[in-house]
This record gives sequence, structure tokens and C-alpha cells, in this order.
Amino acid sequence: MRFRDHVVVGDILELAQRYRDEGADELVFYDITASPDGRTVDRSWIRRIARILDIPFCVAGGIRSVADAEEVLGEGAEKVSINSPALADPELISRLSARFGAQCVVVGIDSQTVDGVYQVYQFTGDPERTRNTARKTLDWVREVQERGAGEIVLNCMASDGVRKGYDIAQLSAVRAQCRVPLIASGGAGSKEHFATVFNEARVDGALAASVFHTGALPIPDLKSYLRDTDIEVRP
Amino acid sequence: MQLAIIDSGGANIASLRYAIDRLGMASELTTDPDKVRAASHVILPGVGAAADCMSRLQKTPGLVETIRKLRQPMLGICVGMQLLFESSEEGEVPCLGLLPGRVRRFADRDDLPVPHMGWNQLEFEPGSPLLKDIQPGDHVYFVHSYSAPVSPLTVASATYGEQFSALVQSGNVFGAQFHPERSARIGSLLLRNFLQLQQTQ
Repeated sequence: MRFRDHVVVGDILELAQRYRDEGADELVFYDITASPDGRTVDRSWIRRIARILDIPFCVAGGIRSVADAEEVLGEGAEKVSINSPALADPELISRLSARFGAQCVVVGIDSQTVDGVYQVYQFTGDPERTRNTARKTLDWVREVQERGAGEIVLNCMASDGVRKGYDIAQLSAVRAQCRVPLIASGGAGSKEHFATVFNEARVDGALAASVFHTGALPIPDLKSYLRDTDIEVRP
Repeated sequence: MQLAIIDSGGANIASLRYAIDRLGMASELTTDPDKVRAASHVILPGVGAAADCMSRLQKTPGLVETIRKLRQPMLGICVGMQLLFESSEEGEVPCLGLLPGRVRRFADRDDLPVPHMGWNQLEFEPGSPLLKDIQPGDHVYFVHSYSAPVSPLTVASATYGEQFSALVQSGNVFGAQFHPERSARIGSLLLRNFLQLQQTQ
């Protein structure tokens, strides 16, 4: 789940608890206060989340160094997710992986088609600064794995927030190059979209935000639907 | 009950302590061999590389010997479980040798990403006190690239391409390949069951 909108910590705790009780398998917290302007931030909220959550969670945003990751993991997160800082300093992936193990290191990739080629975007948290890196997505997918990423979250920007379904073609192309767990992001609008992305793009997980935040798709309904279509899910 | 959590430096220690807190139990994080010896229950958590974890344990004089001689219930979690075996393919490192066997890496397969991360079902024949109130088919959360093969010590297994040990036991020594601290209700039951075990001697 993506906490993209600005919410205060109290609300995050409540939301985290709600998703835990509804059967979410993992939560991702996008710390928008930490990125992209480089301020030092108070990370005590992570501990408050860690105390109440008994499922894995990942923190994304503002992790630019081994020390940042150490703090986030030390507060109780399972994983850190890096995106723009990895593009600025790809060696960061290697350092994090060597220090904490690949399983802690998620690389988020924002990608969309430009002139028929999937390309990577940076600083997508801030519309003013969002830029095309001119990196080809499939090359970057290979590189981050070589550097020790243990999981890739592919956010297909053109689908994001539109709720018309995941970008199956792009996710399938990335899947073919991806030997670590691949998580689909961007586009979930209905329970059928989840079944399609698991069956057709063979992703390991599907991430969604607004469709859950708004209550449009309750997690228990989604899970019982997926079970009925023979996709193995935790009850 | 006095629970000692051995500070192996792994990143899952905070979440493990919170899980124990949620059970209403106290725990002490320590590398002091005297405190480990005095505890009624011991947990050896571990995240990261087996070799790193072993070398961190070896840094404290007497700690490894103390762990090897414990008679009270001890639970290794994830890499902490892998360290209980004789050796690990990961870094070709000799481990604690409390359990016979060798931990190996998942075979490289195109259709199964490694590390294995996610919720998988436990397969077991009921009977272990550690699995009280837990049903075969219940899901727990795994994060690992290495695993122990199924053996006579296997109390519960899981399948990811191949079957592997999810839970092992030999006398007072227990190991969980999954993360009970992040396995929702089932994980919490497992930790509770472990903390209810009586000392064997």
C-alpha cells in the first residue's frame, strides 16, 4: 500500500492497524517528508508502527546512505526501498546489500514508455523535479539485481492513479529480466486487475494504494475473490 | 520466565522485541554469556549473512561455548536457525553444530525468484508443543535464500520449488526458518508456545 497523500502520524497508525486487521500481507510507507529535499527527518514514527504491526513493512523515501537504512531498520522496518538515490548513486544498492543482505533492499523503479522504449524516471515524488533519466528500464532492472537488490517494485507511471489496471505488457517485459521478487505497482482499480497481474505478468506481489484507502476494494473481498480464482493467498 | 535475546546484530531484533512485548512478556537483549546461561528461554535471531552472524557471536568471549551448552529451550530464527546446523553453504562457514546437517542455497530457477520472500503454508503432522493451536496450511512469512533440507529433525516444512525445513527441533533446540515476529497471529502463537515450554533439565 502506498501512503502517497499527506497524512499525519496518528492517521498512519490507524490506517496501518486497519490494513493489518483486514489481512494485508505487507505495508509500504512512503515517507514524503524525507524526500526529495534532503532534510534530516524524525523517524520515530517507524518505531510506533513497528510496535503495532505484526506483518512485514517497508519504508521508502529519504534513504540515501547506509546510516539512513541502519536507522530505519533499527526502528523495526523489515526493508528499505530506494529509488531516486539509487539512480544518483547506483553503488548505494551494493553497499546496502552488503551490509544488510539483499532481502532488506528494495529498489523502486518509476517507468513509462517514451518513443516505444520503457524509460526510468527520477524524483517522481515532486512533479516540478520529475525527470526522464534516459536510462532504459530493462537495463536498470538488470543492473540493480547485479548490484544486490532483493526485490523490485515497478511503478508503471502511465497507469498510476488511473485505476484502469496494471500495465501487463511492461510488467511482463520486466518479469522476463527479473530473477528477484517483482512487485507490480500502479493501476489497480478492481479485483480482476489483481488476478490478471498475477496470472499474466507472473508478479510476486501487487501493490495498491488509493483503491484500498478509499475503501473501494476491501482487502478481505479481494482475497476471497483471488482464492476463488485459484490464486494462493493468505486468508 | 526470563527471556534472553542474543544480540546477533541482525536487523530483525527490534521487531522481535516488539512481538515479545505484544505477548506481554519481558525480554533482555544481551551478548553476556552469564545472562544467557541464567535465562529460562533463549532466542537467537539472525538476519544477514551466516558468516557475519557467526563472527559477531564469536566476538564475545565464551558466548559460542555457552550457546552450545544451553539446556533451556532455545529458538533460532531465520539465519539464527541456520546457525544451529553444522555448516552453511553461505560463505562456507562452520556454524554452531547443535543440529546435524548443512544449510544450502535454493537452486537457481527461472520461475522462482531468490531470495524467497513471502507468505507460505506450513506442512506438518500435529503433535509438537510449538505448533499448539496452529493448523497445517496456516501461512507464515519467510525471507531467505538458504534453507535446511527436510530431515528427521523437521517438525514442519514448507515448499518453495523444493520442500525445506520450516521448523526443526532436537531436544531443547528449536529453529524457525520463517519470521514469527512478522507472521501475524500464527507467528505470535508460535512465540507464545515457545515461551510456555518448560526447561527439560
